Amino acid sequence: MAKEEAIQIEATVVEPLPNAMFRVELENKHKVLAHISGKMRKNFIRILPGDKVLVELSPYDVTRGRIVYRYK
Amino acid sequence: MLTTKSGAEIEVMHRANTLVLQILRELRERAAPGVTTGDLDDYAHDRLRQEKVRSAFLGYRGYPKVLCTSVNDQVVHGIPSRQKVLRSGDVLGLDFGVVVDGFFGDAAMTFAIGPVSPEAERLLQVTERALRAGIAAMLPGNRVSDVSRAVQTTVEVEGFSVVRDFVGHGIGTAMHEDPPVPNYVAGGNDPRLVAGMVLAIEPMVNVGRAEVKVASDGWTASTRDGSLSAHFERSVAVTAAGPRVLGEEVAVPART
Repeated sequence: MAKEEAIQIEATVVEPLPNAMFRVELENKHKVLAHISGKMRKNFIRILPGDKVLVELSPYDVTRGRIVYRYK
Repeated sequence: MLTTKSGAEIEVMHRANTLVLQILRELRERAAPGVTTGDLDDYAHDRLRQEKVRSAFLGYRGYPKVLCTSVNDQVVHGIPSRQKVLRSGDVLGLDFGVVVDGFFGDAAMTFAIGPVSPEAERLLQVTERALRAGIAAMLPGNRVSDVSRAVQTTVEVEGFSVVRDFVGHGIGTAMHEDPPVPNYVAGGNDPRLVAGMVLAIEPMVNVGRAEVKVASDGWTASTRDGSLSAHFERSVAVTAAGPRVLGEEVAVPART
């Protein structure tokens, strides 16, 4: 059985939450809970409110995401 | 997290896939005009009871049947129904999975019911070729993107499109494991293949555009532009001696 691919969507960071979680607002105005990806943590990439980021949403729970990239 | 399987575990998966391919072949023989997709599911279900083997699909995230039957513009995950009667000229995709001793087998094939258009024939040939090209790229040291690239170029050179919303996947003690195996070169993680990994490669190819929509049943995926779609899948183990297609017997060269 084929597996659904995770969806990648651009979003803006709204507010930081404890534990490296962020509330982000997607292009479609939905707000989701997102955490910072391990790769970004490893490379010490900081994320601040107002940053434009790329969020990966699981097809199984579209209210949670993973921040995988921060745009310049 | 990527896992590798031991030689013994791969043998179990080979047995699982042997059964999957055997039953798929039997279903292909039985698929004819007038037969319903529900009939095919009933047959597959009976065979599982005979073999005393568990279905990998039934109950998986709520899936209601043991078989996926996808007709014409349906890409994958068509739900068998006694209302859906097969007709001559239909292109039927079957996806089937089992669990043997805790290990999963997963394979799929698409074929014509009666005579079909030359373009449909070409779609079937190209999709199967894309599967074989992807399998050939599964060498230790290669990356997942090498497999994806092989599938994608085989398809796109023919003017067909590769479905992006669904991907192949690792397989083992669960149906869907890491890594995802897209049928096109995508960004993101691109792990290296290592001997012992088992991946389900499943190119999904549309005659028209790649975009897919999912029906209100929550499962059936169809091409947005209504064009035909084909799907082939094999579970393949990466070995030092090359890719091993589980369930397929390798012809041993005769000694002279």
